[in-house]
Amino acid sequence: MQIEFEMIDDILIADLDGELDHHTSAVIREEIDKTVDAFHSKHLIFNFEKVTFMDSSGIGVIMGRYNKISLLGGRLVITGCNEYIDRILDMAGIYTITLRIDTVAESIEKLASETNDEEAEGSNE
Amino acid sequence: MNNKNGKDIILNRMKLEFLSRSENESFARVAVAAFAAPLDPTVEELTEIKTAVSEAVSNAIIHAYAEAEDGTVTVECMISGDRRVTIIVTDTGIGIEDVVRAREPLYTSKPGEERSGMGFTVMESFMDKLEVESAPDKGTRITMIKNLDYVL
Repeated sequence: MQIEFEMIDDILIADLDGELDHHTSAVIREEIDKTVDAFHSKHLIFNFEKVTFMDSSGIGVIMGRYNKISLLGGRLVITGCNEYIDRILDMAGIYTITLRIDTVAESIEKLASETNDEEAEGSNE
Repeated sequence: MNNKNGKDIILNRMKLEFLSRSENESFARVAVAAFAAPLDPTVEELTEIKTAVSEAVSNAIIHAYAEAEDGTVTVECMISGDRRVTIIVTDTGIGIEDVVRAREPLYTSKPGEERSGMGFTVMESFMDKLEVESAPDKGTRITMIKNLDYVL
């Protein structure tokens, strides 16, 4: 499994590519945490578009990153899942704590609009 | 006897034995998928089988052997004429004290390690039958059955 990162404002996009299982999840977990810390990102988008296989190890990876991002006051978005990955995540109730959005572009838009709303609220005070 | 048509005769059988190293998780699921291929499963069925094998083998590595890499994991697979795939994953590790509790969704014996506790639930939902036999210090034997659809 490979992982590539892209940063847009305070949003970190993690592009996963390959098979996510217990073996590969250790490195993925570490890479994401390191990158979130290094770039002080607030929100995290998991892009599963190029993930060809995932078992329940992926749930652990997402739950752990959710805890980290929540502490930083950010939101976690899951995008690009195929139907099998979707079924596993749904089974574990992942979508009750994260946003499920079809594409990365829509995810960025959603997070950016929420940030704008917060800023607008702040300026009214 | 339900073999009056001779359809449930075993067409093929295999047994793999490997060390409890995590890179063998992908080896095991790919090997089982390749072995079941002559039955011409759908992409969906193949994905479900691969996921269930991955869960069972990961459990053996993480729980039975506590990630020590010198344990032995065995995967047996049988395919039969009635389009049934039987997979048996065996380890000789620490075993499961309370199988009923282990099978509950979200239960994990290792809460501090970002384990989801969904392994058995995924196996159960992706396969047609799941049987777990285990005893402390005796190891665990997981039997899973998948009945493949008949192509119309």
